[in-house]
Amino acid sequence: MAAISREEVAHLARLSRLAVTEEELDMFAGQLDVILQAVAQVGEVAAADIPPTSHSVPLTNVFREDVVTPCLTPEEALSGAPDAEDQRFRVPRILTEDVAS
Amino acid sequence: MSDLTRMTATEIASLVAGGETSAVEVTQAHLDRIAAVDDRVHAFLHVDTDGALAAARAVDERRAAGEELGPLAGVPVAVKDVLATRGVPTTVGSKILEGWRPPYDATIVQRLREAGTVMLGKTNMDEFAMGSSTEYSAYGPTHNPWDLSRIPGGSGGGSAAALAAYEAPLAIGSDTGGSIRQPGAVTGTVGAKPTYGGTSRYGLVAFSSSLDTPGPCARNVLDAALLHQVIGGHDPRDSTSIPQPVPDVVAAAKLGATGDLTGVRLGIVSEFVGEGAEPGVMAAFRESVDALTKMGAEVVEVSCPTFAYALPAYYLIAPSECSSNLARFDGVRFGLRVGDDGNRSLEEVMSLTREAGFGPEVKRRIMIGTYALSSGYYDAYYGQAQKVRTLITRDFTAAFERVDALISPTTPSVAFSMGARTADPYQMYLADLYTIPTNLYGGPGISVPCGLSEGLPVGLQVMAPTMADDRMYRVAAALESAVGTFTPPAL
Repeated sequence: MAAISREEVAHLARLSRLAVTEEELDMFAGQLDVILQAVAQVGEVAAADIPPTSHSVPLTNVFREDVVTPCLTPEEALSGAPDAEDQRFRVPRILTEDVAS
Repeated sequence: MSDLTRMTATEIASLVAGGETSAVEVTQAHLDRIAAVDDRVHAFLHVDTDGALAAARAVDERRAAGEELGPLAGVPVAVKDVLATRGVPTTVGSKILEGWRPPYDATIVQRLREAGTVMLGKTNMDEFAMGSSTEYSAYGPTHNPWDLSRIPGGSGGGSAAALAAYEAPLAIGSDTGGSIRQPGAVTGTVGAKPTYGGTSRYGLVAFSSSLDTPGPCARNVLDAALLHQVIGGHDPRDSTSIPQPVPDVVAAAKLGATGDLTGVRLGIVSEFVGEGAEPGVMAAFRESVDALTKMGAEVVEVSCPTFAYALPAYYLIAPSECSSNLARFDGVRFGLRVGDDGNRSLEEVMSLTREAGFGPEVKRRIMIGTYALSSGYYDAYYGQAQKVRTLITRDFTAAFERVDALISPTTPSVAFSMGARTADPYQMYLADLYTIPTNLYGGPGISVPCGLSEGLPVGLQVMAPTMADDRMYRVAAALESAVGTFTPPAL
């Protein structure tokens, strides 16, 4: 039985903000199914009472002193932006004019 | 003077320091070599001719002024395109960052500059370091200098190929699941993955933040150790950087080179010497084990049963972290923006930008990660993979109570033919079977050339406990002293 359907892959693509084509959906559906069936092997390991590891080194919050240090200028920070205006990143519209139904 | 491009980094630094050659002469020799062979190898995405010659001139001026030079001053280095380089294009092998010139240097790049090394340029890689062959680069594949029809490994195939093609004596890579060690193995070069947190990730374009580890690549173990010493150590700008000094890897490499391993206990990972590896790879590995034994090492087999689940755990954890990390490529702050016609919404532009900017493997991993982190599947996939990670760590810890270091072949096979695995993504993943456990555990690992199989290089991997990077250098240098280095056919 397939681990994932073409429709589910289309949903994943939407969640991932990838405007995939129909051809890609056909290709990815098969490939993701193979990969997900293979990685599902982790379920064979009895690990109910095992704590998870998210990081190999113990993590503690690291704070620096609250002092001003040299940093990028606004021009440098914006230098790679596709569009900028008034020292800000310029973005496409984020609101629709008519409320979505 | 003999060919400067054939020399070790140690020799080059010594000649520059002694005034027998200049850093400019050394740099020009390597730029000439790149011009002569890189149209066939394609190790470089960008060659920074002017920047390299300027850096070389600065070293020569410092020497002329009587300044003390560091151990690698004047030595050219090729940098994987995953590290931010101020003013020099940084693409991560992806179209989504085409043309981006970072406004800052990664910590490692800054340390390379301060050490007086000369950055030749940026090397090719699988897009976002996701791949094992460099065929997933958006800018075309790199070819293995041993056989141009074969892959140079990945993701850091460009750095490894630059070394094997004598385009650079030193290179920087990054290793998330084997991206330094596997290219090292299949190109007959040395690649070391330091302890996680032993080298700074500041300025390293993130793929899987709990695994990504930048490290040194070279043609011999001592050169790798010297480079490791220069780039390693605590960085306050990386919150996972370990606030301890780098173990003395240079002294360890020199100790190993004496060829004496008396008192060193080595464990062969039983799970990695079974039927999975090619016979030629196993033959070279077995001969190396004999050589290590002759030098005084005590070699036993050690079973690490959960290592069998490292690959599936990795291909859940790394894509999960990637799906989160790559959300920053939104077409707003840097790189590509597609479809912004004044009518489309931010979300539509974002989806079109990511669709156009990412290649198929990156899309696959983003979607796998999104799946594994979604509420209905989190426990069965990502959560379970994290528990397996704990068990793998326990296997390492138990093994290191019995032995000082673990050894295995670095890869199950020699360099495969280009195109052989691109249609089957999971087959590509299997190239990292033996390197991945180390990343999940966080310890150091090194691949050192140990022989040839059908005329192609085979690598032996040494894995050590966290912050015991010096141990792996000692063993690797000892093996190198016994088997020598390997030279590819003339290009």
